[in-house]
Order: sequence, then structure tokens, then C-alpha cells
Amino acid sequence: MTASKSSVDYPLSDVKLEAKSPSGPIADKWTKHKFDSKLVNPANKRKYTVLVVGSGLAGASAASTLAELGYNVHCFCYQDSPRRAHSIAAQGGINAAKNYQNDGDSVFRLFYDTIKGGDFRAREANVHRLAEVSRNIIDQCVAQGVPFAREYGGQLANRSFGGAQVSRTFYARGQTGQQLLLGAYSSLNRQIETGKVKMHSRTVMLDLVVVDGHAKGIITRDLVTGKIESWAGDAVLLCTGGYGNVFYLSTNAQGCNVTATYRAYKRGAAFSNPCYTQIHPTCIPVHGDQQSKLTLMSESLRNDGRIWVPLKAEDCGKDPATIKEEDRDYYLERRYPAFGNLCPRDIASRAAKVVCDEGRGVGPEVNGQRLGVYLDFTDAIREKGRADIEGKYGNLFDMYAKITAEDPYKTPMRIYPAVHYTMGGLWVDYNLMSNVPGLFVLGEANFSDHGANRLGASALMQGLSDGYFVIPSTIASYLASEKPARVTTAHAAFTEASTEASTDIKRLLSIKGKRSPREFHKALGQIMWDKCGMARSAEGLTGAIADIKKLRAEFWENVNVGGDADTFNINLDYAQRVADFLEFGELMCLDALHRNESCGGHFREEYQTPEGEALRNDDEFAYVAGWLYRGADKTPALAKEPLQYENIKLAQRSYK
Amino acid sequence: MSSAEKFLNLTLHVWRQKRGQEGHFETYPAKKISTDQSFLEMLDVVNEGLIAAGKDPIAFDHDCREGICGMCSLMINGEAHGPEQGTTTCQLHMRHFHDGDEIVIEPWRAKAFPVIRDLVVDRSSFDRIQQAGGYVSVNAGGAPDANAVPISKKEADLAMDAAACIGCGACVAACPNASAMLFIGAKASQFRHLPQGKPEAKQRALNMITRADKEGFGSCRNHFECEAACPKEIPRRVMAETFRDFTAAALLRED
Repeated sequence: MTASKSSVDYPLSDVKLEAKSPSGPIADKWTKHKFDSKLVNPANKRKYTVLVVGSGLAGASAASTLAELGYNVHCFCYQDSPRRAHSIAAQGGINAAKNYQNDGDSVFRLFYDTIKGGDFRAREANVHRLAEVSRNIIDQCVAQGVPFAREYGGQLANRSFGGAQVSRTFYARGQTGQQLLLGAYSSLNRQIETGKVKMHSRTVMLDLVVVDGHAKGIITRDLVTGKIESWAGDAVLLCTGGYGNVFYLSTNAQGCNVTATYRAYKRGAAFSNPCYTQIHPTCIPVHGDQQSKLTLMSESLRNDGRIWVPLKAEDCGKDPATIKEEDRDYYLERRYPAFGNLCPRDIASRAAKVVCDEGRGVGPEVNGQRLGVYLDFTDAIREKGRADIEGKYGNLFDMYAKITAEDPYKTPMRIYPAVHYTMGGLWVDYNLMSNVPGLFVLGEANFSDHGANRLGASALMQGLSDGYFVIPSTIASYLASEKPARVTTAHAAFTEASTEASTDIKRLLSIKGKRSPREFHKALGQIMWDKCGMARSAEGLTGAIADIKKLRAEFWENVNVGGDADTFNINLDYAQRVADFLEFGELMCLDALHRNESCGGHFREEYQTPEGEALRNDDEFAYVAGWLYRGADKTPALAKEPLQYENIKLAQRSYK
Repeated sequence: MSSAEKFLNLTLHVWRQKRGQEGHFETYPAKKISTDQSFLEMLDVVNEGLIAAGKDPIAFDHDCREGICGMCSLMINGEAHGPEQGTTTCQLHMRHFHDGDEIVIEPWRAKAFPVIRDLVVDRSSFDRIQQAGGYVSVNAGGAPDANAVPISKKEADLAMDAAACIGCGACVAACPNASAMLFIGAKASQFRHLPQGKPEAKQRALNMITRADKEGFGSCRNHFECEAACPKEIPRRVMAETFRDFTAAALLRED
């Protein structure tokens, strides 16, 4: 199939997205950069204030580390406690190039795997730094008392994860995210006790305040009292996670949102690669209309579980135990013999969609289709014994049994892909600074390290790398050239932004329509999943943009929020998040429509190999897309950061 | 399996309260609830009905909805997180209820957890207990190699068992004295079983318990209702261990 070269019109921006990657050999860049960077002397650090939005792995580690260095920090989170940020839900593990297993791992191999896993759409210098720093993260976490899994000899245990042929993943049962986050939270608590960090829970960021082109503050709303407040700082760090909830159903927590990054985009920050979303292959399938969330089953299960569907569609309704070995299609092992069940997430997800679309899915029919594949532990239990499997995955098996009322020790799990992580985010340079000076973006909220697809166990690594080790060094370069506290909340920009925030709230409350925010969110999610999910096409995306515009217009005429502005109003907070998703969804579709190629999680049906694999177009699209806001109902402008591969040769990704 | 899906009609008695005002129960029907829905998804349906009728939705805390963030709560028919053992409210499915059931839903009740609205309480006192000592005093940077100090699998597993606490507050809500001892013990025990946490173990226990007293939590009198209510099944031994450290620090003045 061919598509017109440009299926959509958009202006080009004159904003320059300069990566500022240091010169020199890749292995020396970070060391050299740290030496070349300016420093803030210890006595002066206490004169600077840093605003950190979000308290997950990136936010909590950044806030505590900056406070340890002597900066004054304000940290904000929407939850009732910083300990609840959604990093807590990560199950499987964290990668580090320690080579403790002596199986051929190295910093360069982790770097290589991550670039290749990201389908050659990430920046080399950032990814190499991530691989270097990965080793320090494990040391740091052990020092904090994170209870990683251990072998009988007392050494740290490792396991394998998708997209790698070495065992480099460290884990704490199926609760690695929780334990790493509680480690960062404990460091944060230590700094709160000293008074260096002021923590603001149940608080959402509503706007970024930009003064003379520099990020100098934020506007927040206290969810309990409804109070709109202004905060001035010398730098702002957004550590606000991903936007997967634009799909309504995802593995994200209910409160995860795009508001902070989207509002920063509206104030001038470039939003990069919003179409790069990760659909995780091993989630519990959708069961019905009233479902509010999808639950992930850790990718680590693919170490021991075998994925299959019946060869023949007529077997799909049968009890799996009665389907003979020769009538089963272990499709990942068949298609990707080298990596088998451990191929990367984007590939495993698409393969599941293919067999279900062929009518070979299993489980109950939802809207006339069986959307599920088996993840079978029968062989592993026979070979290794039930106790071994229980030891590794017991809590995951229990969780599955609770949700589905089925016993995975006896009958194979049913899984299906679900939205899990978003590789896109605000554009940042090597220093993690956006194109708005003073605005830094860390963790999932930025775009930088995972390209078009993230490998398992790399999100935790990136969040902590950015917070513990990168930002403490790179923020100094910016602050050293800024006079401390040069802007206060008395500045007119704060008054303007906070008035706008109050006006928006009044407008939402005054609509008094007929449909709840949840209804709009569900309708948006359906559009996004159908047209901007696992498979996309120019036709589908064009239709989606029109549908989103229509839905957004209806939202502003017919949403029913209710309640007051100055109380704990759960529906008002939700309506604000949905309002931003309704704009952001369109930006995602635009990005997907402009990228006339398939890469990683972005699969355009028009661009595939004869075997159905993603077909990149490196000549035209080996760049980071950075979208710049130009006003309501105007198509944003595109700025490009070309990607140069000096250490790894661009190649078609193969896991065969 | 979903083929066993049924629909329930229920009657809810829900605690409604605005900040600084007296609270009261209100009764709502919950109709056509699928047995595959979670308890919170059931409340979502009731709330959609309230919003359509121009009434305030029921406020309740929730976030991850997969049993790990610890944000959800609720006393359901007098039991913290409802009738299922080792289960948070978000992971409690309606298949555990029957058609025609009456369900009483209340917030956590404890002096140290004041009600913010309806079923939402302020648990920031838990954060302040952690701030008093729930950490190993180490800065980022300069840590030795992670494998430099071997830790026996047995000790690492004991630490991990304790570290599974999600800080939801069910232990306090279930305790006749509203004691936070299981919560404190979970953190203190995690660290005392690891070489990195040992140096501060005694002082940590003293500081955290002292802070809990100040926050208005009650004292532990060994009812062990906390252990029964805990969705992560934190064992009672964490409290015994922490009392031992507390005694050493408070009475024997040991570091």
C-alpha cells in the first residue's frame, strides 16, 4: 500500500532543538561533561529553590538528592502521600550492566540493547549515560536498604527480561517498583525532616509560569481546599510520568495524567514523539463495560511461561487442557526462535493482535471477538516444580486468581496487550532541560532514552538515573548562570496564570451539562485505542482527529461537573484532566499521522515488511519530532532534532 | 471465568461527611452490578448515577487499582478492606457478595486520621512517622558495590516480608486502640534485618514510636486485629522485634 508522502499539513517551526550532546568518544562523554559543567558552590546552593512536580522514582530521587546537596526544594504530588506515585506499581525489575552473572554483559551491551530495542529512535549519548549510571543505581539502592532478591550465598539475584540475552535484571519479588520507590521516599522523608524539602501532597499543577523566556514557577490547586497557589523557584522539574490514560483503559493509576506536561507545552515547551506509546503484551484481558483499569502481569512471567493459541479457530472455545500439543501454535517461538517468548514488548503485542485478528484468540467473547492468548506454565511446573514457580511469581499468580477467579497453576493464564508506558514526552537536551530554559523534565515525562519502544526493566532505571545521578550535576550548569530568587510570585506572570486557572475552573463548573467527565474520557479512549493503538493508518488517524475535535466541542458544552471550586471535588479534578486529554489526543494522532513509517510501538499499517514487521524509513524519519504550540485550534509547528548514530549501525531490528 | 458473570442488586449505606461538619449515613441502591467488577468499580457506577441526578459523588481514595499503592481504604461491613483475607478494596471483586446484600461503607476511623470528605481521611500522620526515622541515613553517591556485603537469603527474605507494607492504614482502622504499631514495625523490621539498616535500628524504633504517640495513635495491646486486617499480611513478629529495639533504646539507653 502506498500513502501520500505527506498525509497531513503542518508548519515547520524555527525553534532549534539542540541536543547539546558532548563531543568525544561515547564512553567518555558523561565524565567529560560533568567536568566541563559549571558548579554552584556549597554556600550558594541554599540560596536557590527548585520546584519538583511529582514524587515517583524520578521526582522523589531528584528532590531528595538536590536537598542533600543543599538546595531548597518544594515537592508536589496529587496523591495523599508521595509514597503512592505510580512507579510503585512496577513489578518485574530494574536493569543494570553489572555483569554479576558473567554472561557477557557490559555497559556497551546495555546501551546497544536499549538503542536497538527502541528501534533506533533514541539519542545515543543519553542512552549510553543511562547504561553507565545503571550500575551506581543498584549500589545506591542497596545502601538505602532496598531488599533485592538474593541467592543462598548472599549475592544479588538476577533474571532475564525481554529484548536481552543476558540476565541483568535486579528485582524484589514482584514488587520492584514499590521497593525502589520506598527507597527514594525514605530519602525524601529524611530531607523533609531536616526541612530542606517542603512536601505538598494532594496538590495538582495547573500551569507553568514563564518569565522572560525562563521557567520560574508553577500554579497549583490544593485538592482539599480548592485553593489556587503560586510558587516561584529558580528551576522547575517536571517528573509527572506518562500519558497512557489518554486511552481511558491502561495499566496506569487512575490519577495519572498529562496535565503538567501538556500545560508546559502550551507555555512553549516542545512535546516530542507523542505517538510513541507502549502496548504491553502481558495484561489481563478486558472483561466488561464497567472496567476502570487493566492489570499488568509482569513480563518476567515470560521467562517461564509459554505463549500459545490454538492452531485452528474452531478449538478456541475448548478447555485448553484438551487441546493437543500438535494443535497449538507457540507463535512467538515459531516466529522468533532466537528470543522466543522473550522478544521485546512491541513485537510480542503485535503478534498477539495478529493471531486474535485471525480469529484464534481465546477466552470469552467481548464485542464479538475473543481477545486473549494463553500464557502457560504447565511445562515450567513439570520441569522445575510448583514450589520454584511459586517462589518466583507467587504474588502475581495470586493477583491473577483474585481478578479472574481462575487458578493459573492449573489452567493457563489468559493475557492480552494493554497500554502501559509512553515513550514520548517533553523534549529535553542532554542536560534534561527542555527548550524552555529552567524547565527540566525527568523520567517517563521526557522523551529521551527509550526511542520508539522501551525494553522491560528500563523505566525504573531511567527514573532513578535521572533523579539520583544526572540532574544533580546538570542543574548546576543552569543555576550557576542564574541570579538566585530573581523572580518572586509578585510578578505579573503569576497573577495572570493564576487568574486563568480560576477562570478555567469557573467555566467548567458553569457548563452544567448532561454527560459526566468519565463518559467523555471513555469515548476518547475508544477513539484512541481503535485508531491510535496497536495499528494505525492515515485514514484511521484522519478520522480520529475529526472525531476528537467533535468530542472536545461537546465536552465544553455538555460536561456535568457539579460541586464547588473550593471543596474536595473529585469530579472537578477529573474534568480538568479529561479536558487536557481531549486536546492532547489530537496531538498524538497528528504525530502518528505525520510519521510515515513504522518504528517500535508506532505501527502504521501502510509501512510493514512482507513478514508483517515494522518498516522504518531512516532517510526521512530518523529524527525526534518536537511539536510547538501555536494557539487553540491551530495546527502545532514541527521542529526536528536529527538523530545521528555514530556507535551503532542503523539496521532493521531482528529477534529471529 | 467470566462465563460465570452474574449481576447483583445491592443496597449501600454510605458515610457522607464534609470537612469540619458532622457526618451521617445515606442509603443508595447499586443496580446491575457485574460480579466481575471490583468494589471500587461498583462505586464508580453508583457515582455516575449520583452525578446524573445532580448530586455530589461519593468521595473515596484510590489510585493504582492493582493493590499496591495503598491509597484505597474503606471499612466494608465493619471490616477494613472488606471480607477477603490479604486483599485491598480495589482488588475485592463483587463475586464475593450476593444479590440483595446490604453493605455498610465507612471511612477509616482513628483520631490520627481525620476525615477530609466522605470516605477520604488524612493519613499524613503516617508520612510524619516515616520522617522521624524510616530511612537509612545515606546520601546519594559514593555507595560501595552492591555485592560488597553479602546478605543471607533468609535475612533478605525477612526484610522483604516486612517491606511489603503499602501504608494503607488498615492496621490502625482495625485496632481497638488505633495503634500504628504494625505500620511502624514493618519499616523498622525491614531495616533491622539488613546490615545497612542495623546501625540505626534502636534509635529508629524509639523515634518512630515517639512520633506516633505525638500524632495521636494509641498504644499496642497485642490484640493482633492489625495482622488479620493487613492486605499484605505483614506478620506480628515485626512489632515484637521493634519493641525489643525500642526497649533497648528507651530503657537501656543503647544506640
